Amino acid sequence: MAILTLLQAVNDALHTKMRDDERVTVFGEDVGPKGGVFLATEGLTREFGERRCFDTPLSEDGIVGAAVGMAVNGLLPVCEIQFQDFIFPAFDQIVSEAAKLRYRSGGQYTAPMVIRTPYGGGIRGGLYHSQSGEAYFAHTPGLKVVIPSTPHDAKGLLIAAIEDPDPVLFLEPKALYRSLKGEVPEGSYTVDLSTVRTAREGSDVTVFCYGAMVPVCEKAAATAAEGGIETHVVDLRTLLPLDEEAVLDAAKRTGRVVVVHEAPRFCGYGAEISALIAENAIEYMEAPVRRVTGFDTPFPNTLEHHYMPDERRVLDAIEGVASF
Amino acid sequence: MTGLQQILNKEGVLVGEAPDLSDEQFVELLRNMIMIRSLDGRMLKLQRAGRVGFVGTATGLEASLVGAAAPLLPKDWMWSGLREGGAAITRGLPLFEYVAQMYCNSNDSAKGRQMCNHFQHKGSNYPSWSSVIGTQITHGVGAAYASARRGEDVVHSIHFGDGATSSNGFHSGLNLAGVWKAPCVFVCIDNGWAISVSSAQQTAAESYADKAQAYGMPGVTVDGNDVLAVYAEMQTAVERARAGGGPSLVVLKTYRMLGHSSSDDPSKYRDDAEVQSWAERDPLKRYEAFLIERGLIDSSECAAQEKAIVAEIDEVIHEQEAAPPFPLRSLVEDVYSEVPRHLRVQFNQFLEVAERRGDATRGDGAFPL
Repeated sequence: MAILTLLQAVNDALHTKMRDDERVTVFGEDVGPKGGVFLATEGLTREFGERRCFDTPLSEDGIVGAAVGMAVNGLLPVCEIQFQDFIFPAFDQIVSEAAKLRYRSGGQYTAPMVIRTPYGGGIRGGLYHSQSGEAYFAHTPGLKVVIPSTPHDAKGLLIAAIEDPDPVLFLEPKALYRSLKGEVPEGSYTVDLSTVRTAREGSDVTVFCYGAMVPVCEKAAATAAEGGIETHVVDLRTLLPLDEEAVLDAAKRTGRVVVVHEAPRFCGYGAEISALIAENAIEYMEAPVRRVTGFDTPFPNTLEHHYMPDERRVLDAIEGVASF
Repeated sequence: MTGLQQILNKEGVLVGEAPDLSDEQFVELLRNMIMIRSLDGRMLKLQRAGRVGFVGTATGLEASLVGAAAPLLPKDWMWSGLREGGAAITRGLPLFEYVAQMYCNSNDSAKGRQMCNHFQHKGSNYPSWSSVIGTQITHGVGAAYASARRGEDVVHSIHFGDGATSSNGFHSGLNLAGVWKAPCVFVCIDNGWAISVSSAQQTAAESYADKAQAYGMPGVTVDGNDVLAVYAEMQTAVERARAGGGPSLVVLKTYRMLGHSSSDDPSKYRDDAEVQSWAERDPLKRYEAFLIERGLIDSSECAAQEKAIVAEIDEVIHEQEAAPPFPLRSLVEDVYSEVPRHLRVQFNQFLEVAERRGDATRGDGAFPL
């Protein structure tokens, strides 16, 4: 098996699916000869030509809207929004159109498409190149929201997303693009959407996380283990639709839960996990659910390392719920 | 639609009527262009040394920036995108604030909250802009409407690049301004490339100026490397707006000589021959030749000016190197007019964790484009 970075795994998934299925069409800003600003689409135009992978004018609304039309009419668009921070001009097309087309047409018309976009902090990008907007989209019935945290999952989940009959927002943790390497099988394979991954087994505290927070939580769990606390780390990897049963099982397993995300706390994804547990598993809980999140502020620039949950803050929460 | 407006040809020979400027004003235009090029050189050096994170250069665009800003009055406003920092300096943004913003230090008026190259200066009516392309276009239109409604004699100059003409903000902004006859000028700096997407891939129109017609306003394409032509066409558009004649679209055809930013490699998507052909149309050399011919400077002037400007910049860099970053409490400030209770609580919890576990350590992530 090849050892790839998460970025290379995304690139591999795109190559793999484009070879398999000539309907798969990649487009967006700078995804052509440049290969994307992060190089996620490098080599695609060279191998598949400009009809299959091409640059668009600078219009996120146009990119996603056109993707809906292509999807309705038999192509499989995999469009890129250069940074998730720039997706909001396309919010209307995602929320009002892509996500509602199946419903409003009684299932007659559908938009099987993927919107790939890098999200999250850690690259000194300030408030317009660092945001985690998953909660805006996880509130959108009809849309699927996927976030990988390993190279293996990035490839398998992206291929599954492309094959999925519904629109998928595929959020890529840019902080992990090059920092994380792992084994990636060759050829086509899928990781089922709406399944969670157990990143670490433990019996004392359960940590729910996703994306770039997974390695942070794994490190905190390893440190907690030195102090005798065994942490169960769950990588949610599909936020919508969520595997609620798996979340509840993991919560009941320890009765002590921490939820971690980079995004602001208020109405963040952690609130949904917390409510799910409160509604369905309160009798199993030994401690209140703790959230470790970004501040309820815009994303900072020079102070980003203070804003982002790190090993210290996660460890503090793990020990806090463990000793409650 | 008019052809390319030019006053100086690429050799610096007058082919049109020079604007009515004093000798000092003519020389000032040159000095401002040298300032922009020198700043690029110094900032790129700092970026390579790891002192600043990101530089969006303006080398090649000097005539477009300086010529477009010069006809504006101090009371006018400038709305900007990535590369207008040098133009802002000519309108009053202090050099030390420019450098402080690049360092994102405690002298940065934006408190280090924006990435490098995101300037602002309230004193010269230059609002903070976001990295989101084209959003400033409608802001400028709304602000122009507000100026007009109060009966102020103020013009809003709204700058953006070629890529922004594909944004929602461009369409909405020009449409609203046309309907409202807002006192503004849309300045499209067509530098040939929106990161790696060429202007030919950005629009099927022959010139971005053609788009003006659809919004009921005049559009003109100007040789953006000819500072006198840029000045003259901007002056016409600014006067028209000031006189209540409504908006115009001024397209400055120029070329981004370097990458999109300090970390972009433009050789991946454009030919050397194209870059070379634009090097021959260099805005500084052309204007220098004109000034020498007119007897306003001698041939050693450019080098002498550059030396003095670089020394001035280096002195400011030296001062700003020493300035600390903003304090931690700024994390929760300026979200609202007052820090709300929930943010005070979050900040206090953060301090408690720091007391128990030590401070956060800075990661090694770097900006990729």
